[in-house]
Amino acid sequence: MSVRVLVFYFLMVLPAIAQGFAGLGGPAEGFAKPSRATVLQFPQDHGVHRPFRVEWWYLTANLQGDDGEDYGVQWTLFRVALSPDQAPGWEDPQVWMGHAAVTSKSRHLAAERFARSAVGQAGVELAPFRAWIDNWHMTGEKNPSADQLSRLAIGASGEGFSYDLTATAHGPIVLQGDAGYSVKSLDGHASHYYSQPFYAVAGAIVLEGRRIAVTGQAWLDREWSSQPLTEDQAGWDWFSLHFDDGEKLMVYRFRDHAGDYLSGTWISANGKPQPLAPDELALTPLETADVAGRRIPVRWRLQLPARRLDIETRPLNPQAWMDLSVPYWEGPIRFEGTKGGVGYLEMTGYK
Amino acid sequence: MLAVSLPAILSHWRRHPIQLAMLLLGLCLATALWSAVQAINGEARASYARAAAVLAQDSLTQIVHADGDLIDQTVFARLRTSGWLVTPVVNGELRLGGTRYRLIGVDPVSLPPEARMIGLPEPGNGFTAFISPPWQFLAHPETATRVTGLTGSPIVASSSLMPGTLVTDIGHAQKLLGLEGSISRLIEWKEQPAGRKPLAQVAPGLVERAPGTSSDISRLTDSFHLNLTAFGFLSFAVGLFIVHAAVGLAFEQRRITFRTMRALGLPAIHLIGALMIEALLLSVVAGLAGVALGYGVAAVLLPDVAATLKGLYGAEVPGGLTVRPAVWAAGLAIAAGGTLFSTSGYLVRTWQQPLMNAARPLAWIEAHVRSIRYQAVAGISMLVVAAAMAWLATGLAAGFIMIGLLFLGAAFALPLALSSALKLGTRLARAPLTQWFWADARQQLPGLSLALMALLLALATNIGVGTMVSSFRQTFVGWLDQRLASELYVTARTEAEAQRIAAFLKDRADAVLPIWHVEGTAAGQPVEIYGVADQRTYRDNWPIIEAVPGVWDEVAAGRGLLVNEQLWRRRRLALGQSLLLPRGLSLPVAGVYSDYGNPIGQVIISNDQLTDHFPEVQRLRYGVRIAPALADGLADALRDRFGLPRENVVSQASIKAFSLGVFDRTFTVTAALNILTLGVATIAMFANLLTLANMRLPSVAPVWAMGVRLKTLAWLDLTRGLMLAVLTMVAAIPLGIALSWALLAIVNVEAFGWRLPLHLFPWDWLRLAIMAVTAALAAAALPSWSLAHTPPARLTKVFAHER
Repeated sequence: MSVRVLVFYFLMVLPAIAQGFAGLGGPAEGFAKPSRATVLQFPQDHGVHRPFRVEWWYLTANLQGDDGEDYGVQWTLFRVALSPDQAPGWEDPQVWMGHAAVTSKSRHLAAERFARSAVGQAGVELAPFRAWIDNWHMTGEKNPSADQLSRLAIGASGEGFSYDLTATAHGPIVLQGDAGYSVKSLDGHASHYYSQPFYAVAGAIVLEGRRIAVTGQAWLDREWSSQPLTEDQAGWDWFSLHFDDGEKLMVYRFRDHAGDYLSGTWISANGKPQPLAPDELALTPLETADVAGRRIPVRWRLQLPARRLDIETRPLNPQAWMDLSVPYWEGPIRFEGTKGGVGYLEMTGYK
Repeated sequence: MLAVSLPAILSHWRRHPIQLAMLLLGLCLATALWSAVQAINGEARASYARAAAVLAQDSLTQIVHADGDLIDQTVFARLRTSGWLVTPVVNGELRLGGTRYRLIGVDPVSLPPEARMIGLPEPGNGFTAFISPPWQFLAHPETATRVTGLTGSPIVASSSLMPGTLVTDIGHAQKLLGLEGSISRLIEWKEQPAGRKPLAQVAPGLVERAPGTSSDISRLTDSFHLNLTAFGFLSFAVGLFIVHAAVGLAFEQRRITFRTMRALGLPAIHLIGALMIEALLLSVVAGLAGVALGYGVAAVLLPDVAATLKGLYGAEVPGGLTVRPAVWAAGLAIAAGGTLFSTSGYLVRTWQQPLMNAARPLAWIEAHVRSIRYQAVAGISMLVVAAAMAWLATGLAAGFIMIGLLFLGAAFALPLALSSALKLGTRLARAPLTQWFWADARQQLPGLSLALMALLLALATNIGVGTMVSSFRQTFVGWLDQRLASELYVTARTEAEAQRIAAFLKDRADAVLPIWHVEGTAAGQPVEIYGVADQRTYRDNWPIIEAVPGVWDEVAAGRGLLVNEQLWRRRRLALGQSLLLPRGLSLPVAGVYSDYGNPIGQVIISNDQLTDHFPEVQRLRYGVRIAPALADGLADALRDRFGLPRENVVSQASIKAFSLGVFDRTFTVTAALNILTLGVATIAMFANLLTLANMRLPSVAPVWAMGVRLKTLAWLDLTRGLMLAVLTMVAAIPLGIALSWALLAIVNVEAFGWRLPLHLFPWDWLRLAIMAVTAALAAAALPSWSLAHTPPARLTKVFAHER
């Protein structure tokens, strides 16, 4: 899910708070570089990778309410290091950003938080797993029977919304790309990337004062890198899909001035990943919507002939605009075609 | 109709340019001083508002420790993780190059949007630079220039900050203040998420403080601005005396014109309308000139006002003046209002004047004679109430009301007092001419009484304020001698250097006294807490006002503390009463000492207690006792040995000179306003005498006809002017002393927190009397001269026109 890096990329050009993220696109002096030779180790790799410049814990959930309606929930924690140095207290150059959102058919509410790691306002700890910023949290069990991420309590709140969910994994952790080494562009930019796409979710959301009990499924992405973007990348479209038959698909398209770079991973129902080559996939926008003064393609056709997949997606709410310091589109979708199911779509870089 | 009547009315001024000049001058001066005071107050208030708006303290709720203690910074994370949207702030005092700066440490990442308006972070610079070593300081451009090169961090100018304030990253600030891990307060975001846990549960001991209440400065300086406003109002009132006199003359002289115009068929309402338009025209011209002049005066005075505010209250006001539309509008409005007010009486009389009634030049004066008694009764009642208030009332407002009653009462009683004095003179006089002199003076009194009241107020203000300032100065000088007992004051740049300096001084000085302090809150007020070593210097010299027996033993043993007079009075503390200091340190008050010029409360404990309870205290300053003859040599040795800048080794004499300089500068404004008020009063008297001179030919002509030479009469006129001035001066002395008593015993105690002994300075009165006489001479010279040169034909006409 390296697409999320663009979030930070945008931060660079923002005035005010985002100034802190300036220089992210530049050379990653002193930071570690992702390496194909690295073998991911758990639970250590659930935690913070200080030598790398950026990192995130990114969860999206497709939910059905007891009112029969569809809902979507996002919980994200980003970490960015201003320098590779370590220092105690306030001098610790780690800055954290949290995004949270709830989407319904007619509403899309989002909030953001910023923090420094100095005094415990935000951070990620292991044993038990705990990722937090302010009172937004993603917390593992004290003595987990399986992986530390196998059972999570997730909560966040913003103006007009809050949610409290429990996510229970019923499948293994999935390494994206080449055993967790995920290439992002033709000139070799890469990141470390794994997912847990097998969460069953239960809990409640409160949307504008109304409490709704929800159940559904969620997808967690973990990714870290130091130099994730090339300078001419303009944006991306990213899909995480839960098929009705239990299989999963992650697809992303990097758009740059030279052309598009498509990639993805097919995940079998028992969690076996199969990386997809760029030429195996076809992604076609079908319909755009006017969102926050921009034209954004909200309906898509996705084809994967090798798997006889040909589906059309439509958003739960076309106006799922994250109107934050870094604005982007992110919301739940449904799809029909050769297979049916639900998923999440993120789109950045549309003007 | 107006097109005809207005020019006819206005033509009067063309024929009487001096009258016009007088009228305009009076209005202009009245408006000018009033506007100057408004402009100065406006500037000061704007900067208080800006100070309060730093970090949006004026609009955002804060969280502080109930005891005024520092807060552990983990509380910040605890509040955040419990759902509270807050940002931590640490503040304290930072000494750079011998000057103290207010240092504010902020966390730009968690700062609420409203609080970002301090120029943070600068676009393009990025807060990466702000939050990472070597950090940055944000400072007002004035301050930025001063501190550049004094720190290892870059300085970024931000004009939205107050001078004297430095803003930096919280971690950096903690380090500089020696407060690692601690914060001073938290600022809440305006919008708080629902469902957060109660504050008492998350952070016991912390309390919320409503926005704005932390702006102590504007409350503290209120009295000062009230003082200025009172001065401005006094000047305005005195200015109106001039206007009143000039307008009165113009009306009297135009009675015949008015009568002719009415007789020609001009309706009364049109005449009044034309006269009002005239008044407005004049007030606009004079008002504009007055406000412009006011800005000039304000620009000259503002640096001194700024020095005063800094010296007395620690309030920073930049020296530049902004042109405020409100001041212009208020200036014009008050000029117009003042003119209409001064004119209204005459307008009513013109309205009521029977068409065919003869014009009687002295009629309006005669009406005044009757009112003198009523005025005197009112005036004496006011004086009685003022006296009762002095006895019973407390509080700043009561003090000012008392002063107002005192002044108004004295002014109202003045004509009767003068009249009685003149009656006495008449009775004592033998020769016919002297008898006439006294009687004529009494007859003139009603016409002059307004100008004399103005003079009385101006003189009394001069005496009262002068006495207050001189008493203060005398006390201050004595107090400096006690307080600044050490011969040298040394400030090290780092604690390591301080230790080396202390070691160096050990064998060379008679004693080395640490002068270390922390800031905190006690009895709900911000205080400085100093530690003193148990040393003779303090026992011998410290300016104690009241203390328990063996006070220094109590302090040295850690069984008591000293408070300054301000804190003692404001909090009504009593000896033996316990005072709770931060960190739970509670000690009984063992003594009170005077501490002039310090805006905030101060507490003294033993130095050991200070370093035990506040280990973070900056250990940089020392007082050095040494034989005075050796002080300069030791100062040079210190500078050479440690490479200390000049301002880090200061001698007692230079601190005293500096303090007195600050003191004197503080009262420059007062002196300037004094002189200006006296000037306005002089002009008022001049205008009155000029008015009278033309009207009193009928009383002079018979005396002249009986053979008294005009020159003699002119001399008598001049003498009368002087005599009245001297009599007014005599009346002003007790009034001035009463004023200074009220200032010292009531206003000062409320405003500054200290009470000063009253000293009398008769030589100053003599100087003032000479000024008053000179002013009276100047005012009477032209009318007397013109009397001496009246053509005999005009005098004989008086008999021809006898009605």
